[in-house]
Amino acid sequence: MINAETPFEFVTVSYLTRIGNQSAGTLAELLTGLEHCSDASIFHHTFQTLGSHHFLTEGFSNDFAQWVLADANRDDLAEQLAALDIRDYVSIAALRSDLCRVVGEYCKAFPHFAGQSALERFYFCESTEVTVPLGRSARTLDEFRDGIAHLSHAGFYFHFISSRLRLQLQTNDFSHWLAGGLGLATLADTVNRIDIYTNTLDSSRAKLLRLIDRERRKA
Amino acid sequence: MSETLALNRIPLEDYARLLGEGEIEELRALAKPLRGRSMEMINSTAVGGGVAEILTRLLPLAEELDLAMQWNVMTGGEDFFEVTKSFHNALHGAPYHASQRDFDIFLAYNERNRAKLPLDAEFVVIHDPQPAALIDARKAGSNHWVWRCHIDLSHPHRAVWDFLEKFVSRYDGAMFSSPEFSQQLPIPQYLFYPAIDPLSEKNQELDPEFIAEVLARYQIDPQRTILTQISRFDRLKDPVGVIRAYRIVKRYFDCQLVLAGGSASDDPEGAIVLKEVLREANNDPDIKVLELPAWAPLEVNALQRASTIVIQKSLREGFGLTVSEALWKKKPVVASAVGGIPIQIIHKHTGLLSHSVEGTAYQIRFLLSHPEIAVKLGENGHQHVKENFLITQKLKRYLTLFLSMARGS
Repeated sequence: MINAETPFEFVTVSYLTRIGNQSAGTLAELLTGLEHCSDASIFHHTFQTLGSHHFLTEGFSNDFAQWVLADANRDDLAEQLAALDIRDYVSIAALRSDLCRVVGEYCKAFPHFAGQSALERFYFCESTEVTVPLGRSARTLDEFRDGIAHLSHAGFYFHFISSRLRLQLQTNDFSHWLAGGLGLATLADTVNRIDIYTNTLDSSRAKLLRLIDRERRKA
Repeated sequence: MSETLALNRIPLEDYARLLGEGEIEELRALAKPLRGRSMEMINSTAVGGGVAEILTRLLPLAEELDLAMQWNVMTGGEDFFEVTKSFHNALHGAPYHASQRDFDIFLAYNERNRAKLPLDAEFVVIHDPQPAALIDARKAGSNHWVWRCHIDLSHPHRAVWDFLEKFVSRYDGAMFSSPEFSQQLPIPQYLFYPAIDPLSEKNQELDPEFIAEVLARYQIDPQRTILTQISRFDRLKDPVGVIRAYRIVKRYFDCQLVLAGGSASDDPEGAIVLKEVLREANNDPDIKVLELPAWAPLEVNALQRASTIVIQKSLREGFGLTVSEALWKKKPVVASAVGGIPIQIIHKHTGLLSHSVEGTAYQIRFLLSHPEIAVKLGENGHQHVKENFLITQKLKRYLTLFLSMARGS
C-alpha cells in the first residue's frame, strides 16, 4: 500500500453568520448589494449556503436565486442565478462579477421589474469561519477512507466544497491529496466530478467511499 | 438572591445516535480549545419561557463536553418585572408611555444584581433586555460580553430602544434570531437561531398507542385529515384566520381543525381571544379548540405527530419554534412569511409560505391534493432542522462565537 509523504490532515469548520448593513427590496437594490457587499457575504450566500442546505437537491443553488424566486417572483432570473455553478469559480471576485452581470443584464432588459418591490427583503449576511483540527490524519488510502467515513457534514463540506477557494484550483482537498499524495490522478479526477448540486453531502460521501473502495480492490 | 442552576445530565451518546458520531466528534473538537475557560449565561427566569427552556438543555450538553459553563439568574421584585414586561411589549412595537420611574427601577435592579452575580467569566452571555445593564460591571478589556436578544426588534418603541441601546452598544457583539431584527449598532451583529431539543418530551419519538390515546381523549378522528395549529390564544397567532382558512379548505376536502394552546385562565387577553375563537368556530364539531395545561409537552408532541398538515398562520412572530418542532416530525407546514418563519420554511423546499387567509387555504389544498409533495417537504424540513435548529447546533454556534472572539477575529 502506498504511503504518502505528506499526510492528509482532517479538520472541521464552523461558521458564524454576521448580519451585514445592506438589504435589498428590489432587483435593482440586489444588484447594488452584490456590487458592494463583502467577499465574505458572497461566500456566505453561495458556497456556505450550499453546504448548509445540501439536502435540497432539486432546484436550490444559492440564496440569491432562492430570494429572486420566492420573494421577487422572477422565475427566469432565478433560473439563471441558480445555474451559476460554484465549482467553476476559484475566486469570489469572479463569482461576484458573474452574479452582477446576470442581475444587471436582467434589470437592463426588464427595467419595469427592476424597481418592483419583493415580498420580503433580502438581508446580506457574511460568514466568519472557524476551523479546528480533528486530530486525525491519513497517509494511506485505508486511513483516508476511514477519516472520510467519520467526518461531520461540516468537515466534509470544508474539504470537498469550500476548498476550491483555498486551493485556488478547480479541485477539492480530497482530489488534491489523492493526486499529489498518493499519485492516484484518475481517482482524483473521478472524485472531483461528483455532482454536489444533485447529491446531498451524505450521498456525495457515499459515492466517494465507493470510488475509494473500488480503488482499494485494485491494489 | 441570584440563583446558580444545577441541571440533570444528558449523555452526548444519546445525541450521537440521532445525529451521527461525526457531529459529536466535531462538537468535541470545537470544545477542546475552550476547556478550562469560563462561560457564564445570565437571564431573568429559571423556569418558563423559551430562554430558560433552551438553557436547561444547553448547560448539561456543555458539561458533557467538559466546559465550565454556568447559568445564573438575575432577580427582581414585582415592580422590576412589570417594567420589563412593558419594555418587552414596547420592543415588540406595542404602545407604551416611557417614564423616568420605569427606567430608574430597571437600573436599580440591575445595580443590585451586579453586586450579587459573579460576572467574571471569560465569556459572559446576557440574555434579553432585563439584565442588559449588567454590562456596567465589566472591567475594561477584561472579558468578552455578548448580548443575546430573543425578541423581535424590527419595530421597537423608540424611547425604550434608545435607552437600551446605550448599554447594548458597549457589548462585544449582539445576537439576533433574524436579520430583520438587527439594529444599527457599532458592534458586530450575529444571526443566532433558537433551537429545539430532539430528546425533550416535546420532540422525542412517541409510541403510536400514546398518540392514539391523546387523539381519543380529545375526540379527534385519526382516520380523517387533521390540520393543526399549536400556539397560545393570541391575536398575533391569528387563530380566527386559521378557522377561516379551514372553512375554505373544507369546501374541497373533509378535514378536522385542531387549535391547541396553553390555558387562557390566567391571561385576561388570552381569555378574550379564546372567546373570539369559540365564536368563530360556531360549534363546528370538526373544530377542536383545546386549552392544554400550562405545560403539556407530550400532548403537544402527539398532536403534532398525528397531524396531516401543521399550520402557523401568525401575523407577527419572534422565531416561531413550533414550526421547527413540526418539521422535525417530518410534517408538511403551511406558515406565514413573518418573523423567523421564512428562515425555517424555505418556500417550496421545506414547506409553503403564505400571506393571507386565502393563501393559507390554497397552500393547504395544494398539499392535500399532492401528498407526495407534502411528504418531500416534510423530509426536507426534517433535514433543515437537523442542520440548523437543534440544540447541538446552537451549542456549536456558541462555541464558534467564543473561539472567534478568543482568536480576535
